[in-house]
Amino acid sequence: MTAHDARFSAAGAPLTGAVDMTHGSGGRATAELVRSLFLKHFDNPLLRAGNDGACFQPPAGRLVMSTDAHVVSPLFFPGGDIGALAVHGTINDIAMAGARPLYLSAAFILEQGFPLAELERVVVSMAAAASAAGVPIVTGDTKVVERGKGDGVFITTTGIGVVPDGVEVSGDRARPGDVILVSGPIGDHGVAILSKRENLAFEVEICSDSAALHRLVASMVEAVPEIRVLRDPTRGGLATTLNEIAQQSRVGMRLEEAAIPVNEGVRAACELLGLDPLYIANEGKLIAICPPDVAARLLAVMRAHPLGLGSAVIGEVVGDPNAFVQMRTVFGGSRIVDWLNGEQLPRIC
Amino acid sequence: MKYVDEFRARDLAEGLAGAIRREAAPGRSYNIMEFCGGHTHAIFRYGVQDLMPSNVHYIHGPGCPVCVLPIGRIDNALELAERHKVILCTYGDMMRVPASGRRSLLKAKADGADVHMIYSTQDALRIAAENPTRQVVLFAIGFETTTPPTAIALKAAADRGLTNFSVFCNHVLTPAAIKEIVESPEVRDSARVAIDAFLGPSHVSSVIGSAPYEPFAKVYRRPVVIAGFEPLDVMQATLMAIRQLNDGRHEVENQYVRVVTREGNRKAQGVVDEVFELRPSFAWRGLGEVADSALRIRAEFAAFDAERRFEISPSTAREPKSCECPSILRGAKKPTDCKLFGNGCTPDNPIGSCMVSSEGACAAYWTYGRFRQPASGSEAAA
Amino acid sequence: MCLALPAEVISLDLARQAAVVALGPVRKEISIALLDEVAIGDFVLVHVGYALHRLSPEEAERTLSMMRAAGDCPEAELAGESAA
Repeated sequence: MTAHDARFSAAGAPLTGAVDMTHGSGGRATAELVRSLFLKHFDNPLLRAGNDGACFQPPAGRLVMSTDAHVVSPLFFPGGDIGALAVHGTINDIAMAGARPLYLSAAFILEQGFPLAELERVVVSMAAAASAAGVPIVTGDTKVVERGKGDGVFITTTGIGVVPDGVEVSGDRARPGDVILVSGPIGDHGVAILSKRENLAFEVEICSDSAALHRLVASMVEAVPEIRVLRDPTRGGLATTLNEIAQQSRVGMRLEEAAIPVNEGVRAACELLGLDPLYIANEGKLIAICPPDVAARLLAVMRAHPLGLGSAVIGEVVGDPNAFVQMRTVFGGSRIVDWLNGEQLPRIC
Repeated sequence: MKYVDEFRARDLAEGLAGAIRREAAPGRSYNIMEFCGGHTHAIFRYGVQDLMPSNVHYIHGPGCPVCVLPIGRIDNALELAERHKVILCTYGDMMRVPASGRRSLLKAKADGADVHMIYSTQDALRIAAENPTRQVVLFAIGFETTTPPTAIALKAAADRGLTNFSVFCNHVLTPAAIKEIVESPEVRDSARVAIDAFLGPSHVSSVIGSAPYEPFAKVYRRPVVIAGFEPLDVMQATLMAIRQLNDGRHEVENQYVRVVTREGNRKAQGVVDEVFELRPSFAWRGLGEVADSALRIRAEFAAFDAERRFEISPSTAREPKSCECPSILRGAKKPTDCKLFGNGCTPDNPIGSCMVSSEGACAAYWTYGRFRQPASGSEAAA
Repeated sequence: MCLALPAEVISLDLARQAAVVALGPVRKEISIALLDEVAIGDFVLVHVGYALHRLSPEEAERTLSMMRAAGDCPEAELAGESAA
């Protein structure tokens, strides 16, 4: 965070007014925004140092780095907002390497006219998420684009983490016979977002599952270092993520439809809109693949963690040169679970 | 979900499958066309075909309004959005359907056209009220199920005296299409395509009732079983069709009695009659011109007819060459018989209409049934 | 086809010809302009935001019992055959 003028601890009243072009000019207005908003809420020693980059000593071991751009409409939704999402998303990407996340960076693209009070809400939420996760935001940047060229605020976060010794997690390591687990009911995030879209407006008590999964992952890799694959099924949902892993590992998968946890509200909303929960986004769930002999232990560890209470074994990895994901339906028949084609659109027929 | 989950119960499926296996005579085959995409979807989504004996076949019919809308009409809709600069309101289903030159509403929207995805015709009225200086056109598609909601919106627009709302009407009629299929030379003369019985529309029939199929069953001597869209409904209706064929009967039977009556929804029929009249002829994608198979807006409501309000160029669009959709829609060919299937034509990049909608036979084959052989390796038998 | 689902009417606004229906835990406002009569507690078939028809609970139960009966047949038939 370029915060040359911002070495003060900044307290003060909530912000009013709106983002204007001077906030992105790099001049005094930018510094004031950094001081009164970002530094105030994200406050930590590395950020407070006020340098262009954060300087720190990495711990021993392999490092993981990941970045994620966040664009979401609406910005605030049941169970979260773009700020918390931007923190959780990158922490999860780091955690899916089996790693412990250390630090985050955050870059904001703000649209001219975006109310500063709303921006502060986003920043406060981000700060709370980072603090709860124990992963500080240590550097960042802000740019402003003209009105009409953004969607309020876009946030890009980058994270860095360290992989514990003996952990070898990668999307190409699934082997025939391995067991596939998911950490809870799928589709909550996507349905929470859809329910607030103006043209769909329906009511359902479903909150986004947006959460940082690194502590769940830490307990999993500690108890079962044999875990082969971890991945969070975000955009494209469970179906698309499993297809990605199947292709990376050149294996097939057999899912058991009846075993896949889906909340009733998600199921009903999907029926109403003609959507399939398998393709709906999640922001606080993970898929784990492990050898069969450790699966029961892994399931027990996952269920013992608050973010994995609804964990379930949903299928197994099979040999298949076509890398197809197949599913035994609740009816006992079988079908292919394909990649998502474009965006899932609500349908009437 | 009450009245949904009960009709998806696996134990009942096993019972029905057992009854079908017992009653389907081993010496003959049963070719049953499910008219509606809803049935096609249920059959693939739940793997119903896997539970059938090898002599019971489903033939996937043209009952998907997205699949049967000719390219020219989508070109017209694009013209409304792009040349006439209207706010075009459409159901999500139409967004990706390819028009001429691989254009689509989704691409037009990306290029700046004002295309709004709606869930209900009420949304289109709301958009018209919110944008008094813009012309708003409802791109109306669908069978008899979707027509009454369009009629209600049109009447509401007339009552409120909206001057910036009109309907581009593409509503089509199912009985005419079923008749066209049975009468087509491909089906009539070919020994290859024997359609022994029909599973009749479920939600269309909730509006029009089961009576309109009665002359059809009599003239063409084929059983019609109105079937619900849940997988158990499809299975029970299949059993009913098999029993009719075994008995040599050809009647209209109603499996979906919880919703469909013989007379249907009289109020909805009345509203539709008030607003719409028969079109002498309408082109169906794949079936060609079919007489008395579609509706247009009556002269009394001409002010709300987009085809009269805007100058729309006659379309010169052609169906893609070597696309087998016409034969597939009639049940004369399977999706896998088409050279383009999976070979340039996929749900990511559809060429033919049957690949576009998830209700389409080709898309269903691709998504749920493609390469249905068991995976190799030790788990294959699982 | 036409995506339509049975949902329970939980409140009515007859002046606006509108109803709120529940599909499991989901609530949605729909139009009842196409129905002659409807009461709270009725299940209606919902398509594109409109109730198209009332669902008959008696017929639904009858259909289910026929489905169950189809599955019960094997024992009945086997008993018949062994008796013959």
